[in-house]
Amino acid sequence: MKPPPFAYRDPATLGEALALLAANVDARPLAGGQSLVPMLNFRLVHPPMIVDLNRIGALAGIVIGADAATIGAMTRQRDAERDMDLARAWPLIIEALRHVGHIQTRSRGTIGGSLAHNDPAAELPAVMLALDATMSVQSARGGRKIASADFFVSTLTTALDPGELLVSIDLPRPPRDAGFGFAELARRHGDFALAAAAVVVSRAGGGHARIALTGMGDGPRRALEAEAALVEGGFSDAAIAVAVAAASAAVKPIDDLHAPAWYRKKVAGVMAARACRDAIARMAS
Amino acid sequence: MSGETRTIRVTINGRDYERTIAPNLLLSDFIRHEAELTGTHVGCEHGVCGACTILHDGRPARSCLMLAVQANGARLETIESLANGEALHPLQTAFWEKHGLQCGYCTPGILMTMKAFLAETPKPSEAQIREALSGNLCRCTGYQQIVEAVRHAAALLRGEAS
Repeated sequence: MKPPPFAYRDPATLGEALALLAANVDARPLAGGQSLVPMLNFRLVHPPMIVDLNRIGALAGIVIGADAATIGAMTRQRDAERDMDLARAWPLIIEALRHVGHIQTRSRGTIGGSLAHNDPAAELPAVMLALDATMSVQSARGGRKIASADFFVSTLTTALDPGELLVSIDLPRPPRDAGFGFAELARRHGDFALAAAAVVVSRAGGGHARIALTGMGDGPRRALEAEAALVEGGFSDAAIAVAVAAASAAVKPIDDLHAPAWYRKKVAGVMAARACRDAIARMAS
Repeated sequence: MSGETRTIRVTINGRDYERTIAPNLLLSDFIRHEAELTGTHVGCEHGVCGACTILHDGRPARSCLMLAVQANGARLETIESLANGEALHPLQTAFWEKHGLQCGYCTPGILMTMKAFLAETPKPSEAQIREALSGNLCRCTGYQQIVEAVRHAAALLRGEAS
């Protein structure tokens, strides 16, 4: 229950961090440490070098513009949770953050760390899918943008290449009438989700729906058929019923210690229904 | 592997501690073994139980999920900072009066979490108290009296009797 030995570097700039990661292929970047440090303590990982990102002030902070918000990857979850401007336009993030661990872990835990870790039962990856977020990543070779639909690959796996760091998350501003819903079932408040759903709906431009589910199999997924059913059915109660059935049918949960697959499948539908109903009720008419 | 060390300076409860340590030393072990402040308890050492919660620059954090080197230059508060000599802090008084502990192992982490929580939320509802306590496991009490004690502490801190 103690970390194995490692070399420790805590660069002050992103450039230095990227150079260290380029020169040391097995080095692990350390963000808020709320997942990596337990893995070190259990000795599930033995990195020869830790590159601590906590001194790189430029990686933290939230900038809100007319068309989008940019969240620095090292923004603490607790700081995002308390950002009133973020809450006004993107209340889904704030609602979901209340389910991410506990106050103590959100003090340290970062938005980018959770996304780059991509635990299959984590809340934030599903939220980013529902919000059509784009990930800005950089390596010593340069930068690129990755759509969230392409970023979350599978359990604990993202589209990040070795030596690449997630540096910020771009959130397009949702349509003015957008409604948001988030519903989760966990054994205890703050535990990882047995099943959770993040939903965004809008009537703008012929209708828009995002239904992202987490707690299933290998990670967060959008329920595309369910989204289409919601829009085509004009967000009616009948449309919700069709969407929920499609969402539940689409997920492929696995049996584990915490819940059997059949239960998760059923609960995924219930969470999707609750989040859809909340989102539709909150949509401006 | 690496035999490297770092010299760090950390302020704990207003006192400076300068030590030369290995980078894989957990902050919880630094507090207990280097600063010899053993009031901070170590339960699970993987960030689940909350017993090791301290205030890091004023914010509640699990000290078993931080490396001591990361606390270089930081201001920490531990359970030892609460009482003023023989005079108990209102949180301690409230837990004493409401029997908010049995074995007491989880109590230091709960009190430090609640110190930060009540500073932000001076008049909490029961639901807010339970949510704020969700990151601290107690296997003795069933939480009923802990919730009572926190409510009582909030009243004492507001200068009211409850």
